[in-house]
Amino acid sequence: MIAALARPQVGFRVLGALYLLLAAPPLRTSLEATMSGHMLVQIPLLAAIGFVACRLLPVARQERLLDAGGGAVPYVVLVVFASTWWMLPRALDDALASPLVEAAKFISLPLLVGLPLALAWRRLGPIGRGFVWTNFISMLAVLGWLYIAAPVRVCNSYLVDQQESAGWLMVKLALLLFAGWLASLFVGGGGNPALSTAEQVAPPPAPSRDCGPERN
Amino acid sequence: MSDAARSVVLTVLVTVLGTGAFWWGTDGFSAFTAETARRADILRAPRPLPAAVLEDQDGRVFRLDDYRGRLLAVEFIYTRCTTICRSLGMAFKQIRDRVPPDALGRDVALLSISFDPERDDPASLKIYGGSHGADGEHWRIARVRDAAQLQALLDAFGVVVIPDRFGGFEHNAAIHLVGRDGRLVEISDLEAPLQFAEKLAEAL
Repeated sequence: MIAALARPQVGFRVLGALYLLLAAPPLRTSLEATMSGHMLVQIPLLAAIGFVACRLLPVARQERLLDAGGGAVPYVVLVVFASTWWMLPRALDDALASPLVEAAKFISLPLLVGLPLALAWRRLGPIGRGFVWTNFISMLAVLGWLYIAAPVRVCNSYLVDQQESAGWLMVKLALLLFAGWLASLFVGGGGNPALSTAEQVAPPPAPSRDCGPERN
Repeated sequence: MSDAARSVVLTVLVTVLGTGAFWWGTDGFSAFTAETARRADILRAPRPLPAAVLEDQDGRVFRLDDYRGRLLAVEFIYTRCTTICRSLGMAFKQIRDRVPPDALGRDVALLSISFDPERDDPASLKIYGGSHGADGEHWRIARVRDAAQLQALLDAFGVVVIPDRFGGFEHNAAIHLVGRDGRLVEISDLEAPLQFAEKLAEAL
């Protein structure tokens, strides 16, 4: 009993430490030094922290939050808006130029992307999950392609060759995710993408794996 | 309220707020990059520029404010630049050649500012000016020696300079127009020097 209570707390501490690590200058500046590090490592990690933190909450509390927000759909729409925002080249530049925008990024990614996605995910059926996956994958691919093909530098803070390498990484990642998702449709049968089945057993990233099983 | 109604209402609310946020954040779905935003922002609200002391290709020291009362075209360069600054130099030359001769110097001036004062001494500025056809009077090449002043100037113009891996720099290149009141009034694409020249001629 006591051990079970302690586990989410350990999880929260690990997440908090990771969050502080990401926010502290050494890691923050090194990740933000390249476009790929900024877009494909820092931003997803911030969202993932919110996702896992939500899974560490008691199930009843997650259900209450979900009901208070009107179910899965409003949360998914919120996730789409908030995540698209941080894909705008302008938002990346602004985050680097203004501490206020940087703070907004660190707050909004866990709270408006990770957390609502984790809340909504448990109540989404195969079609809802399919929508989230295809929406995300297509956005990643289109944006990646734009970065590769754009005749102009989209971010004033990044070099053109960084833009191109970030673009290629995004296209590759989109293909990889698409392949993984398709495979999970065939293998998993029920339309549960790899991540969702994994997360029903344990939240995705490793730090909190120990407190997964009791949660779902 | 039923669950379904609540869900619909909140979805609509989130959609409206989200669309509003995007409208606001992209200047009405028109500026998705910081560069377009910077240009739109200047057009809406001309920006005052900080005081800066410059040194030109002949070692003459002057102030940016000395140009008040005249229209000033400004570009930012570094002299070792072999790529985009060349296009900038060409664009500047085209603009200079289209300014009516009697207005040049009296009502219009051109200024190339180096953001690499460490290496761009007056001698290198002079070579750069010579190779681009600057006369050193109506079109001067200058550097800002004080690092803080240079940064303030770059910030006010919205120019971001980042070192590349080959000892050079990458920077957003454009042609800037400073009005007679000393405020930054417009930023033009360096691909369209002729339009810029037309606008200059109209403002005379």
